[in-house]
Amino acid sequence: MNHKFIRNLYAVPYVIWILLFVIAPIILVLYYSFFDIHGNFSLVNYERFFTPVYLKLTLDSFWYAFLITFFSLIVAYPTAYLLTKTRHKQLWLLLIIVPSWINLLLKAYAFMGIFGTYGAANNFLEFIGIGAKQILFTDFSFVFVSVYIFIPFMILPIFNALNNINPALIEAANDLGASKFMTFRRVIFPLTLDGVKTGCQVVFIPSLSLFMLTRLIAGNRVITLGTAIEQHFLVTQDWGMGATISVFLFLIMFIIVRFTGIGKRGA
Amino acid sequence: MKEKTSPIAKLYLFAVILILYAPIFYLIYYSFNSGGTMSGFESFTFDYYIEVFEDVRLFTIVLNTIVIALLSALFATIIGTLGALAIHLMKKRQNTILGLNNVLIVSPDVIIGASFLILFTIAGISLGFTSVLLSHIAFSIPIVVLMVLPKLAEMNPSLIDAARDLGASRFDVFTKVIIPYINPGIFAGFFMALTYSLDDFAVTFFVTGNGFSTLSVEIYSMARRGISLHINALSTLLFLVTLLLVAIYYILSQRGALKIGGFRR
Repeated sequence: MNHKFIRNLYAVPYVIWILLFVIAPIILVLYYSFFDIHGNFSLVNYERFFTPVYLKLTLDSFWYAFLITFFSLIVAYPTAYLLTKTRHKQLWLLLIIVPSWINLLLKAYAFMGIFGTYGAANNFLEFIGIGAKQILFTDFSFVFVSVYIFIPFMILPIFNALNNINPALIEAANDLGASKFMTFRRVIFPLTLDGVKTGCQVVFIPSLSLFMLTRLIAGNRVITLGTAIEQHFLVTQDWGMGATISVFLFLIMFIIVRFTGIGKRGA
Repeated sequence: MKEKTSPIAKLYLFAVILILYAPIFYLIYYSFNSGGTMSGFESFTFDYYIEVFEDVRLFTIVLNTIVIALLSALFATIIGTLGALAIHLMKKRQNTILGLNNVLIVSPDVIIGASFLILFTIAGISLGFTSVLLSHIAFSIPIVVLMVLPKLAEMNPSLIDAARDLGASRFDVFTKVIIPYINPGIFAGFFMALTYSLDDFAVTFFVTGNGFSTLSVEIYSMARRGISLHINALSTLLFLVTLLLVAIYYILSQRGALKIGGFRR
């Protein structure tokens, strides 16, 4: 009897999970990407991916993800910074995180009302004299709602990075005559770079693949890689093409993770 | 040596928090509007709540969602904890396994959903309760591992040696020494798995068949049909449940000295 095997029996479910739900899906997606819509082996999907239609879609998707990440960072960094200065910081942090636990769909739905023709945003625009505008189903609404949804996920890693800075370093910088700005630029910011990278990673990658927001908020005007995958798998049933786009999305993700490093995320 | 926060700083913080909560309260406010739209409050009504409570289909979906969340979190916690233990005890290739572990955390939901759809179709598993449950277990396992591993890492190995020297069996060491020590990590993992499952939309959307639906998928299909205050009433109730969960988690974590976590897949 294989004694070692019996001893390691407890790890079997986990190993099965890795084989079935991590490795197998990757191989399957890769496998399907080589089949056209009629089930014949071909490279046609890859040819199609390099046509202007799909290249533009990829670029657009990148552009939106970049905008979303950029604005999230702009809002989140000062927030995280100020959070560390408050007296009950863990409580404030909790307050920021709670909205991220509210179902995503409900938040998207709320904005359907707020940005609607007679919604609060338009009432406000009328009130300040600009007049009602079409807000829902525009690029603006898509980016705004996405930023809204991702802000807590950007704040958290930056907050943790800031929180871990040894206060003695800042005092040292002060003692050595650095101005507040210098201290921030030369000491604080470099030390939080890992947090920023993690934050960008957890915002950028999902931004590439949002698909229900493009439907509900952008009214199909914005097509991201995620929307395209969903479309191919669930609407046109062209699994091969969907798988091909997934392969590229997966590669992009891999490159980003490599680039930003899978640092100490979240918590 | 804490400097005082300036009024502008405070204002900024308040503004961010206000913006984060405004949409939620907007939803709640209009759930009482008899006018039937999310603009122009007419008069106060509980009609939509009554509607929600009388909706048997919706009730079934809520029940499905809860059952899936609890079961998937339970299985994911068991498999994930054992997995973390295995990784902890590994001598080499730890990083390879960790890399594989994290694939599902970084992968976009759409890819997870699409690849699981292919997997279930090939394996001949019909789409519905089973496929949704399996997917939820699958994408919750890595987070449990990540929550438990740090606890294992900070455990002093001599604790185990001492137990072994005193004659404890491997099983006893596991149940009486290791488990109590890493319990906060296991609990945090379970909680994260629960919220993952409750929150998930994209993966479920791919692997759910016609007959089966969870709350997220149902809200999506309702929202695609346009605004209905039915959803508002439902979201108020969900918000209250979320607050309750957060409160419970907060109280428990104060006792167990856990960290608040907000991981994203």
